[in-house]
Amino acid sequence: MSESDRTDAARYWRGLEERTPDAALQVQLRPEFTPQADVAPQGLDRRHFMQVMGASFALAGLGACTRQPVEELVPYARPPEDLVPGRPLYFATALTLGGFASGVLVESHTGRPTKIEGNPEHPSSLGATDRFAQAALLDLYDPDRSRAVLHLQRIRSWEAFLQVLEPALEAQVPLQGAGLRILSGSSTSPTLAAQMQRIRARFPQARWHRYETVSRDGLRSATLAAFGRYVEVRYDFSQADVVVALDSDFLTTGPGCVRYAKDFMARRRVREGQYGMSRLYCIESTPSATGAVADHRLSLPPAQQLACAFALAFECGVHGTGVLGPAGAGDLEKWRQIIGLDLREHAGRSIVIAGDESPVELQALALAMNQRLGNLGRSVIVSEPIEVEPTSHIGSLRDLVQDMRAGQVELLLVLGGNPVYDAPADLDFTAAMAKVPLRAHLAFAEDETSESCHWHLPLAHELETWSDARAHDGTVSVMQPLIDPLFGGKSMHELLAVVAGDKERNGIDIVRRTWTERLGADFDTRWRRILHDGVVAGSEEPLLPLELQRDSLTQLFLGVASDLAPRLERRNDSLEVVFRVDPTVHDGRFANNGWLQELPKPWTRLTWDNAALLAPATAARLGLANEDMVELEQGTRKVRAPVWVLPGQPEDVVTLHLGYGRRRVGRVGTGAGFDAHPLRTSAGLVHASGLRLRPTGEQVKLACTQLQHAMEGRHLVREGSLSEFRDHPHFAQEMGHGVHAPTSLYPGFEYEGRAWGMVVDLGACTGCNACVVACNAENNIPVVGKAQVRKGREMHWLRIDRYFEGSAEDPRVVQQPVMCMHCENAPCEPVCPVGATSHGKEGLNEMVYNRCVGTRYCANNCPYKVRRFNFLQYADQETEVLKMLRNPDVTVRTRGVMEKCTYCVQRINQTRIQIKKEDRPLRDGEILTACQQVCPSDAIIFGDINDPNSKVAKLRQQPLHYGILEELNTRPRTTYLARVTNPNPERGAAAGHAGDVRGH
Amino acid sequence: MATETRTTADSPLVAPGHTTATVTDKIAAVVLQSTPRWFYPAFGASFGLLMLFMYAVTILFAKGVGIWGVNNPAGWGFAIVNFVWWIGIGHAGTLISAILLLLRQKWRQSINRFAEAMTLFAVACAGIYPILHLGRPWLAYWLFPYPATTGVWPQFRSPLIWDVFAISTYALVSLMFWYVGLIPDLATLRDRTQNRIARVVYGMMAMGWRGSAAHWHNHDTACILLAALATPLVVSVHSVVSLDFAAGLIPGWHATIFPPYFVAGAIFAGFAMVITLAIPLRAAFGLHDFITERHVRNMAKVMLATGLIVNYGYAIEIFIAWYSGNEYEQYMLTNRVLGPYRYIWYSLILCNVVATQFLWSAKVRSSAVAVWVVSMFINVGMWLERFVIVVTSLTRDFMPSAWGMYYPTRFDYFTFFGTIGLFLSLMFLFVRLLPMISIFEIRTLLPKARAKEKSA
Amino acid sequence: MPQIFHHSTNTLARVTIFGAAFLVAAALGAATLLDRSAYWTRQTEVLKQPVPFSHDHHVGGIGIDCRYCHTSVENAAFAGIPPTATCMNCHSQIWADSPTLEPVRESFRTGQPLRWARVTDLPDFVYFDHSIHVAKGIGCVECHGRIDRMPLTHMASPLQMRWCLDCHRHPEKRLRPRAEVFNAKWEPPANAEAMRAQLAEEYRVTSMTDCSTCHR
Repeated sequence: MSESDRTDAARYWRGLEERTPDAALQVQLRPEFTPQADVAPQGLDRRHFMQVMGASFALAGLGACTRQPVEELVPYARPPEDLVPGRPLYFATALTLGGFASGVLVESHTGRPTKIEGNPEHPSSLGATDRFAQAALLDLYDPDRSRAVLHLQRIRSWEAFLQVLEPALEAQVPLQGAGLRILSGSSTSPTLAAQMQRIRARFPQARWHRYETVSRDGLRSATLAAFGRYVEVRYDFSQADVVVALDSDFLTTGPGCVRYAKDFMARRRVREGQYGMSRLYCIESTPSATGAVADHRLSLPPAQQLACAFALAFECGVHGTGVLGPAGAGDLEKWRQIIGLDLREHAGRSIVIAGDESPVELQALALAMNQRLGNLGRSVIVSEPIEVEPTSHIGSLRDLVQDMRAGQVELLLVLGGNPVYDAPADLDFTAAMAKVPLRAHLAFAEDETSESCHWHLPLAHELETWSDARAHDGTVSVMQPLIDPLFGGKSMHELLAVVAGDKERNGIDIVRRTWTERLGADFDTRWRRILHDGVVAGSEEPLLPLELQRDSLTQLFLGVASDLAPRLERRNDSLEVVFRVDPTVHDGRFANNGWLQELPKPWTRLTWDNAALLAPATAARLGLANEDMVELEQGTRKVRAPVWVLPGQPEDVVTLHLGYGRRRVGRVGTGAGFDAHPLRTSAGLVHASGLRLRPTGEQVKLACTQLQHAMEGRHLVREGSLSEFRDHPHFAQEMGHGVHAPTSLYPGFEYEGRAWGMVVDLGACTGCNACVVACNAENNIPVVGKAQVRKGREMHWLRIDRYFEGSAEDPRVVQQPVMCMHCENAPCEPVCPVGATSHGKEGLNEMVYNRCVGTRYCANNCPYKVRRFNFLQYADQETEVLKMLRNPDVTVRTRGVMEKCTYCVQRINQTRIQIKKEDRPLRDGEILTACQQVCPSDAIIFGDINDPNSKVAKLRQQPLHYGILEELNTRPRTTYLARVTNPNPERGAAAGHAGDVRGH
Repeated sequence: MATETRTTADSPLVAPGHTTATVTDKIAAVVLQSTPRWFYPAFGASFGLLMLFMYAVTILFAKGVGIWGVNNPAGWGFAIVNFVWWIGIGHAGTLISAILLLLRQKWRQSINRFAEAMTLFAVACAGIYPILHLGRPWLAYWLFPYPATTGVWPQFRSPLIWDVFAISTYALVSLMFWYVGLIPDLATLRDRTQNRIARVVYGMMAMGWRGSAAHWHNHDTACILLAALATPLVVSVHSVVSLDFAAGLIPGWHATIFPPYFVAGAIFAGFAMVITLAIPLRAAFGLHDFITERHVRNMAKVMLATGLIVNYGYAIEIFIAWYSGNEYEQYMLTNRVLGPYRYIWYSLILCNVVATQFLWSAKVRSSAVAVWVVSMFINVGMWLERFVIVVTSLTRDFMPSAWGMYYPTRFDYFTFFGTIGLFLSLMFLFVRLLPMISIFEIRTLLPKARAKEKSA
Repeated sequence: MPQIFHHSTNTLARVTIFGAAFLVAAALGAATLLDRSAYWTRQTEVLKQPVPFSHDHHVGGIGIDCRYCHTSVENAAFAGIPPTATCMNCHSQIWADSPTLEPVRESFRTGQPLRWARVTDLPDFVYFDHSIHVAKGIGCVECHGRIDRMPLTHMASPLQMRWCLDCHRHPEKRLRPRAEVFNAKWEPPANAEAMRAQLAEEYRVTSMTDCSTCHR
């Protein structure tokens, strides 16, 4: 099909789509006609074609004749200890992000890690994990990981590198290491700290620089101003009645987010007769996952937001603050008073939290407010720093660049990170680095930085290395390897050991050395216990009694006041730009991770791409629609980006997510998104004004998993305010059409014994997506790629639906995890001609892949549209290393078969067999589905609904309990608890509440 | 309906001046004369399309149904639309042969032969799709009940299983009916052809027909029996096909009116296709004496009648959507009329409702060209109707979050036009190798024969 | 007009027409039989093994318990194939230098595992669990046949789904006391019926015919 035909066809079919008479949100959508360029054979000559033809007809004819092939059995020559073939083992270790550890238990099948779960002993996890920890597994088996030491792109050995490095280090000894520089991200590892001290001992002049995209610099400088020293700040949301989040996404990102989500949601769990509930205000300059669950959400451009926080601080009585510009008038004025009052009423039981990426002003204001409200020491805990040698990242990087330019750096070791890609544009890091005579980069995969270094050294994955790290509260974990480095990678410690000139050169010895010093007597028992538990008991940082230095803060605030004033009068001709790390690929380190790339982002539901987010009003003013390509200009720098119109985005603000547009990355990340870093300068790391936007008239295609954004007045997500719930608890059930007396030609099923059921608490769901990734990992769900997602063929068994309510400017967002409902009258069952989907004795709606012929009738007939079909061969059956990733308890599906959520039937079966062998009844909560186990806020509850004492059975008795589309008499086993929000009575109406959610 | 007297009053079914000999000459000539020049390009074109079909199917088997536009939520697309369309077309033949035979409609006799042929070929085209559209076509035989080593059987609750039986039965009976009807004429050809090989082949197929009284007696009995056998099938097949949808709960599928409404639609479409083919062929081989204006008129009337039933079906769907007060049904309707696929729906109304109304006028009915144009509209309209039912309903059902769009790929088009190629190729071969009009039945229409009949 | 066909063609025609019907029937029948044949299931086929291991000798003769080699049969899905080390427990003394055992010794020396051909092999989409069957009182021989009489091991059952279902629909027919599970020579007593009914009661044996029991 020639190019022209395509566009013709496109015009025809697109014409139909564009005239969709849907909500304003819908109009801007523009799917395209996608010919199957990606699957049609390219350049098929006659000979090959005849082969394919012959083969495929043979396949069609004889494919059925399956005589069992002879397979091999390969036992061990000498069996390892305590390994029972076919029985998984679990090991405790930890994974870090931004240096902070979250404890995990890793499931290992005959020596290969297959699933990651949270470690219940670990304070940052309590048994749950975030999406990144779940996806770490795919990183471990990433076929694009670097597999060899490279020197100028040529393969060398580790020894060869040492032969270069060690003389270079020797040469530094007389100079006291003046020419030696080490660049890494933040770290909390005691071992690394010890190694750094030893390196200092050997090279007093050497310097250790730190840089991360999410640097948390704002918080550091704020603590410096507030306490005159670096401290760590952590929060106890179980103590908070009122929370004000300033650009903070504390529920889904940053150190401790999993724990925070757990504590926060525990304070919002309302049941019949139990109405205590905290309240969350979000004042943010770009929509965040946390904003989606807020009771009140203010969406303001950075300057106004700062002014608002400033005024709020004034309301709380913080010295040096005041009411400026818009904050003193109209709606913001009211908000200021309401929130201020709410905070003061809950002094000591509230939290004001600013985001990890927020600038120093917001952080300082938050600290000052917390101090003024007496939250410090109660809900907000200040402690000794958790990081090793905290420092200002941007300052540290600037120094390094200066030294490199000045030619003072002779040996640069870059440990992880990717500064060439993510250093602020104005520093021109790459050029400066080029001046360093010897540069080595220890990295997980070949990236932009390793390209411009002499040496590239493969970094071992955290599941392959010995190390240690600390949780958000300081608790220490020792990290143990689950598997030998697959591709001979080295850990940071192993490289630093060389620099320090230690004799311990391999991971375990290095880490043991640190801990022999720390543990002292009775090392072996304590060491074994630490490894077993995954945490060092009682090692969290104690609360630090500190006095706030009011003067320095006041100085800072006066400064803020003076330069805020000019920023507040808006120049119409230019826009403000806000930078955020991406919710799924983070700062770009996960760019080659298919699970995360294909994960729909909160709010936008975009996959595989980032975009320039615009408010509907702004887009309308500029005459832009989704997928329009624009050129963004900041000063002299330009970037081309596709537009995505996002309701709830503040006007005249363009949000750009970092982490995309990687130039040198594996096959998954290549070509995904655009790189926003060129617009990001050290002066405007978080936001900057003066952005110019020019339409190019071109279009690109983005893959969004949800085309319809309005609920069409159907009662899928049901919610109400706390007061409504108090007055008539059954409001959610009354919204439904009610179920007619179940009538059927066929006798109903009898469920003696167990009957599985699941309840999803919409009030607790943060939409963090951890469950979706967990489901991918547990059930061998394939990644299909952007082109297929655009066709609506993503394979996620569990999706999170997102609907907008109210106006396009200030919408409210409701989210709903949807998986198979395991209906008791399942519409999919009777229509399958071969009975490949059938009804189990315990009420499971079973899917038998090997019986499925692929009529897709079941998917058509499923009112919840939760069935997923392998339209093509999606599961990668060629790549060897990916075979190690698969869960051996779940079939890997081939093309042409249907699949869907099974309630993790493999887990059910294992436990059933176990309790039968032990001849005992099932304990409630003994079986956890993958999504339930990972959920940070316990929003998913699974169990036996026939056991009146089970958690799930009790929840089904709650007045908030309801099922979706029950009027179809499907009798779903997966049901929901309506969401209850706690709007401030003063503003309940204005914030647009259940009233209009309930619709018509 | 029409009785003998009325028939005589009406213009004759065979142009005056024909004798048994001339009839036989004229019709047999179509087969026996040398191939007309236009035949080669025409057949070549349709064969080309057939090759395109082979290509598309090869890629399909090699890659999977993903090369089509089907997706979530639209699990069914062109394949099923085409399937239902072809099955519909495959209805006229049996109706004409069986029901009209039982109703003693003499005028059927000059069109039933190729109507039946057309039926067979259409059913062949239709039968291919359910297999092609499977995710794993090589396991299609699992839909048949056979003693498998798995110890499990197909699920007889599924409408798709009913399809398997309905369609295979229909194909089988139509084939027998057609062949039995052919036997006397095959004998005629055997006796007339000069070509040795042709004589042997026709001879074998004629199964030693000698035209003895005994033969004729058995033949008539067989025809009547088969007719009786086929009659219920005319109704059953498309009713069962319609249940594929009616048994589902998707708004736009879940409707009790579907069976009658589909059957009417099928006959509607079938007659349209008969006309579409009959009129050009008549011109090509100069058979105006046998396929007279009266035949065209009668077929037009049948189309009008069935067309109106179909229109009634549309009306009822709209009424019920409103009357049921069911929000999903109502949205289904608004979506058809105002949704992204509304132009398909408008075109459907234009073709099946507006165009049909022209058949009220006797002037239109008596103009072969006008009727042919209308029939073309109806062919298109019936395809669009199936598209609206399958795709428009699926893309927007219960969960707005799961709504989507269906965009056919080039392979969808290849397969569709490919089967049209298959159909035409078979049709062309048929008119060249077999008498497309039943010679012996035409003979019975000659004045002489009819006089005899009266006296008898 | 001359006759085209000799009159014998009438008979010929009849024969072919009726013959065709039978031919088709026969073909289908043959296919059905082939499908169930031992050839197709490889049931009686003896596969080539690195070492001609004899269960007849080790189990029937010496009387080694199944669990000595198949260690995980009671507590895992997989019964377990003995590591070379297990063989060497005895064969470092007995037949210590027999040439047939050289592969075993080599494996033990080099640490390179022996590569056995899998005799009893279920399709990969079937999830079978030995431990639960053993725990419910299903003897090894029910599926593996009189392994103690097999000089060279071969499959004893067709392992086709209908064969599995036979037992899963009426498990009580195959029960034996747990104590006798590993005893290949065990014969059901006279009152087998009553005893099995009583065992089914005692072991809480239920018919498990949900698809997800084996497929997931």
